[in-house]
Amino acid sequence: MSNHANNTPILELKGVSKRFGAVQALEKVDFEVRSGEVMALVGDNGAGKSTLIKGIAGIYPFDDGEVFFGGEKVDIHGPRDAADLGIEIVYQDLALADNLDVVANMFLGREKVGGMWAMDEESMEEEAIKTLDSLSVTTLRSVRLPVASLSGGQRQAIAVAKAVMWNSKVVILDEPTAALGVAQTRQVLDLVKTLRAKGLAVVIISHNLHDIFEVADRITVLRLGKRVNVFDASKTTQQEVVYAITAGALSQVPGMVKS
Amino acid sequence: MSTTQEPVSEPQNALLEATARTSPGDYVRNYLQRMKGGDMGALPIIIGLIVIAIIFQGQNEHFLTPRNFVNLIVQMAGITTIAIGLVFVLLLGEIDLSVGYVSAVAAVFLAMRLRPPDGWPWYAGIIGALLFAAAIGIVQGLFITKARLPSFIVTLAGLLVWNGVVLILIGTGGTVIIQDPVIIGIANAFLPHVWGWIVGVAAVAIFAYSKLRRWKRRQKRQVSSEPIAIVIFQIALVAVIMAAVVYVANLDRGVPFVGVLLLIFLAAFTYLADRTKFGRYVYAIGGNTESARRAGIPVDRIKTLVFMIASLMAGAGGIVLASRLRSVDTAAGGGNLLLMAIAAPVIGGTSLFGGHGRVISALLGALIIASIENGMGLLGLSAGAKFIITGLVLLVAVLVDAISRRGREQSGLG
Ligand SMILES: Nc1ncnc2c1ncn2[C@@H]1O[C@H](COP(=O)(O)OP(=O)(O)OP(=O)(O)O)[C@@H](O)[C@H]1O
Ligand SMILES: [Mg+2]
Repeated sequence: MSNHANNTPILELKGVSKRFGAVQALEKVDFEVRSGEVMALVGDNGAGKSTLIKGIAGIYPFDDGEVFFGGEKVDIHGPRDAADLGIEIVYQDLALADNLDVVANMFLGREKVGGMWAMDEESMEEEAIKTLDSLSVTTLRSVRLPVASLSGGQRQAIAVAKAVMWNSKVVILDEPTAALGVAQTRQVLDLVKTLRAKGLAVVIISHNLHDIFEVADRITVLRLGKRVNVFDASKTTQQEVVYAITAGALSQVPGMVKS
Repeated sequence: MSTTQEPVSEPQNALLEATARTSPGDYVRNYLQRMKGGDMGALPIIIGLIVIAIIFQGQNEHFLTPRNFVNLIVQMAGITTIAIGLVFVLLLGEIDLSVGYVSAVAAVFLAMRLRPPDGWPWYAGIIGALLFAAAIGIVQGLFITKARLPSFIVTLAGLLVWNGVVLILIGTGGTVIIQDPVIIGIANAFLPHVWGWIVGVAAVAIFAYSKLRRWKRRQKRQVSSEPIAIVIFQIALVAVIMAAVVYVANLDRGVPFVGVLLLIFLAAFTYLADRTKFGRYVYAIGGNTESARRAGIPVDRIKTLVFMIASLMAGAGGIVLASRLRSVDTAAGGGNLLLMAIAAPVIGGTSLFGGHGRVISALLGALIIASIENGMGLLGLSAGAKFIITGLVLLVAVLVDAISRRGREQSGLG
């Protein structure tokens, strides 16, 4: 499963820190992900997972530390910078505009413009449909429906499709299956595997170890803002990961296979 | 930009085929479902107008006459112009309470520059007044976006400040007379009957051309398009309405020039809202500001521009109102002007909660308000009765807005 053909990480963080007032959300964290690899990011509530990816996105810039992309040091000051590098993020709260339709959401902030300042709706719609098709998202009745009328799984699929449409090199998914049923979780996990097969680097945050062990090649564990371990998924067990997450306080979490 | 890129792989086209075919039946079913979900489009307006017409015509046979119809267009022009700008503010989920007195400031500015000693030509006066109004909007917008103050408060302060400016400029009890024939003509000139028809036909032709061209383009590209029967029906409907308007107006003095102006505003701002990136961003911010920000949309700049548009259109509306009265006095911009301008888009179906609405709602709502005002005027009702009735209509409109929002949430139509 873990076939790291390319050994320089496409995205690498070195010693990043972030403080919110009294809370040290991240403390000298190292993190990396390679192309064609699924890296899971796990940790208890408040461990700093979302803060880490928001730092990568430039939403809350890191106080300290360095970010390397494709081996080069980069400065990311906002969502645009991250997108320009080829880093796309699907947020925990999805961040779709409910009142806009699927196409408008997928192209939000990057609309194609034709003559007379008018958006080129036809090209956008075509491309949105092609991307959705390429990800085998075929349960949508129309790409012109407002996203508010879609199911949780469909919305998640739109958010993922939006992220991969831009020749992105790194796709980060923050708890993509948290609100989904069994079938829809299946769909999203398949989507993650499709992305890896396309050679993208995927970072997936989840509390569900079963899902993680199904798709991840490696697992980074955060605890209280610090990186405590990185596991090779094929060489570790769920018990070991739970132990790292909870510092031994627990030996079972939801989604775990009973041993 | 580095963002226009190849699709990820070859499509299987299942979705592509599914979306390209929409029958008229599907279309009507979708429409009915949207209505059930609370998105009622123009239907309540049409019903409202019919009810208003029946009530007032029953009381006074002068209501449905060509003369009164032409009066109605002139009466609603100022409010409609201001309301068109406010649609964008409402789409953001914000409010602008200053538009009434900003319109007055623009009108005073114009009237004073036109008269001696300044004696500006009319076009310089209009450009100056509009730039002044736009600048006011930018300043208010910057307070709202940069200082992160609520638009309600900033524009409430604006309401007071600009009211004060008007009073000081005019001097208590004073009136500034406008004598420039072009400025007076804005709201008092009528198209010769032939020109009424020419403009009407041209407007319908442009509408039909853009509709059909869009339809053809979408057919060719195999993306979802409205059924051709629906497109033709829409064009026919617009043609019939336009023909009726021109015909009836020509029975009296003809199509008012200001009616053509409204049509141009309507077309231009509908284009801005529906077809441009700017319009898309306004909807996106109104729907979910955080997602807009994460998508890299310059939220503050768009918001500031929207407040500029609101002030600009308030200025234009102020000029129309001043033209109609041929003067500006200390009462300009006061009374229920602000309330009416905000009520119009809301009555027309634009949500106060942001993200939902259309430019044409300003025109439809203003039509309702102006009809009520006009009808009550014919009945000789007291100012008190007029306020009460208009207030109740606004309350009903906001109620409909709130209920349809709930409907949207329940039916998941955002
Ligand atoms: N905007 C913020 N302002 C202040 N504190 C914050 C902010 N965002 C996060 N924090 C704090 O930083 C810490 C890490 O939060 P973060 O959201 O990264 O956790 P998480 O690992 O994503 O948790 P979860 O699994 O619940 O999503 C928490 O203590 C949180 O309270
Ligand atoms: Mg989180």
